[in-house]
Amino acid sequence: MSTATAEHGHEGQGHDAHGHHEPQNFFLKYFWSTDHKIIGMQYLFTGLAMAVVGGFAVYAFRMQLAFPGMSVPGWGRVTATDYNALVTTHGSVMIFWVAMPVLIAALGNYLIPLMIGCDDMVFPRLNRLSYQLFLLSIVVLFMSFYAQGGGFGGAWTSYPPLAAKAEYNLTPAGAPLWLLAVALEFAAFLLGGINFVTTVMNSRAPGMKMFDIPMVIWMIIIASIMFMASVGPLVAGAVMLFFDQTLGTGFFDPNQGGDPVLWQHLFWFFGHPEVYVVLLPAMGIVAEVVTTFARKKLFAYKTVLYTAVGTGVLGFFVWAHHQFIAGIDPRMANIFSVTTLLISIPVAEMCFVYIATLYGGSIRLTTPMLWALAFIGEFLIGGVTGIFLGASGADIYFHDTYFVIAHFHYTFFPIAFIAVFAAMTYWFPKMFGRYMNEAWGKVHFWGTIIPFNFIFIPLFLLGARGDHRRIYDYTHFPDLMKPGMQDLRILATLALVTLLAFQLVFVVNFFLSMFRGKKAEANPWKANTLEWVAPSPPPHGNFPEGLPNVYRGPYEFSHPDRQEDYWPQNVAS
Amino acid sequence: MSMARPIATTRSATGISTGKLAVWWLIASEIVIFGGVLGSYVMHRLGHPEWADQAANTNTWAGAFNTLVLLTSSLAAVLAHNAAEMKDGKKAAKFLWLTILGALVFLVVKSWEWSTEIHHGFTITSHTFWSFYYTAAGIHGLHVIIGAIIMAVIAVDAAKGKDLQRVEAVGLYWHFVDIVWIFLFPLLYIAK
Repeated sequence: MSTATAEHGHEGQGHDAHGHHEPQNFFLKYFWSTDHKIIGMQYLFTGLAMAVVGGFAVYAFRMQLAFPGMSVPGWGRVTATDYNALVTTHGSVMIFWVAMPVLIAALGNYLIPLMIGCDDMVFPRLNRLSYQLFLLSIVVLFMSFYAQGGGFGGAWTSYPPLAAKAEYNLTPAGAPLWLLAVALEFAAFLLGGINFVTTVMNSRAPGMKMFDIPMVIWMIIIASIMFMASVGPLVAGAVMLFFDQTLGTGFFDPNQGGDPVLWQHLFWFFGHPEVYVVLLPAMGIVAEVVTTFARKKLFAYKTVLYTAVGTGVLGFFVWAHHQFIAGIDPRMANIFSVTTLLISIPVAEMCFVYIATLYGGSIRLTTPMLWALAFIGEFLIGGVTGIFLGASGADIYFHDTYFVIAHFHYTFFPIAFIAVFAAMTYWFPKMFGRYMNEAWGKVHFWGTIIPFNFIFIPLFLLGARGDHRRIYDYTHFPDLMKPGMQDLRILATLALVTLLAFQLVFVVNFFLSMFRGKKAEANPWKANTLEWVAPSPPPHGNFPEGLPNVYRGPYEFSHPDRQEDYWPQNVAS
Repeated sequence: MSMARPIATTRSATGISTGKLAVWWLIASEIVIFGGVLGSYVMHRLGHPEWADQAANTNTWAGAFNTLVLLTSSLAAVLAHNAAEMKDGKKAAKFLWLTILGALVFLVVKSWEWSTEIHHGFTITSHTFWSFYYTAAGIHGLHVIIGAIIMAVIAVDAAKGKDLQRVEAVGLYWHFVDIVWIFLFPLLYIAK
């Protein structure tokens, strides 16, 4: 074994002496590259483009809810079938094609080799294949929109029998195509996950011990392992559902001896860990940003790490809290209530550590720092309202109301957008070698955070009043049209439109700064981790002055023995 | 486009080669996929004792013969690894082809079994037992096919003495495919 490794190593270095040819051709450089940074940016830009799709879908169906029957500018009249397809598209796109590619694939690909101090991923071609599969999954998803009968409208959870039988969902081609797209996306992320975990296990810079790994890398790795361990049953379930849809098997049909609740178990066994799969990288981003801009050591590195592992393990034992009213055994509901309430402890612990890191720091309110602070505040609201839903007694009332929607958007929006904006504004100088405009960054920040709360606080209020979700036109339900209820729906929708409009500020700022922004040096924020050792933007191979060695942990800010308030990981003394 | 291997690929902080580590993670993610199928199947069997009447129609002898074939092919995979350790690429390739032969025999027996069963009216839609039977064995069969293709690619390289460390990696994968069958055989054929 060891001889094989040694020989392997020698051979690899032999190749490398000639290696790292820059591809000349534009197509080869940006579309056929095996460079982890290019692949990371491919994932980033694709994910952001999909966010436009998901954002447009929510705009169209929210307009229908606020102003039933109106002709929505840019879409036209939203029919009931459209409404179902739009809701499904919004949910599945935002989770599978925005949160996953941006938080795991884009950040993981871009940051892992840079932050652990090596030149690329261990399997660059596998990495490229992963992105190509991901792109293919998007093509299949778009095909499903235009298939006969329209796009799938059975919600991102795709429960049978609605999802299994074409006579119920009325999308004979849309439903299986949607499922195929999701399966392809899983395959892409499984390849990516294996690559990430292997790279961090084997290819760290000399001297980088376990507790010298930056927190965001730990989080991406724990998340990748969670993804790999949780997605299997859903892959199996997807094959079974696909056969139910296309061949007419009865895996989820009680008439044929199957069981529809089985799908819910298989789906949520993946679906709930998935929440933590995207949460943990977001928590990692916040750790990097908060330490850099508080100029302080992370309050309790090991606590964050152990609580993240604890979250990862406990995350596998909470899934049935989605099924409290699906007819599961009440004794089982008790157990899952307890595990669900328990998981708030490690997650809250992480937030407390970040608050403790801020205490006594020299805080700099840059745009990335504002996003990181907003993440902690807004995510806490999402976490606290989760307690209501995790307790099975309260959940019986809240189930399938807008309270649930408001709750999970208070978790997912901070994860998939607030933390991602923190990451993009923080690493922008590294990615493009230029600063983003701070003033416009802050306009975008407030233009996002304020409307965000004005969308979802009304939905909490509606949910508490029993407003049922998955309803196309509330005017048919007098109980849900009590005084004030429609006003809250209109308020939420107008806030949504405001939030979407302010994203234009970000897009313009992003592209103008990319080409016209102030030039950034290698380490613009005076941070410690290894990506700031490489030039901005890093060339192919990352570290032209040789791969770095590591001498200390990633968060040595304001060390009393040093004149400068930071101490990069690669500086010998 | 020439592919230079990055320095990252040659590092080994764990002492385990990158390729082998990746195969272990691949196997870990496959275990949960098969776990999902078999877990669902076992729960259904426990809830429906009457499915035994359907299971009685599977061909235990064919299943047993295939178990023997796969186990023997795993032996060939081990011998291939052994030869690769001795830096004997030609011998390693020979044993890999022998393993592939095992895979082919397995698939031939399987297709004969399936066509006989379909001929007798036991199709994937005739009963949920048969849905599980064809789905579980089908996913496994897909792994056998993919494994055989990968082994063929590696055998061609190994015969030239290239990338001999891959022989062990594909062997690990093949043992995993074998072990999955060890679970499928009693669950689908013997439990009646």
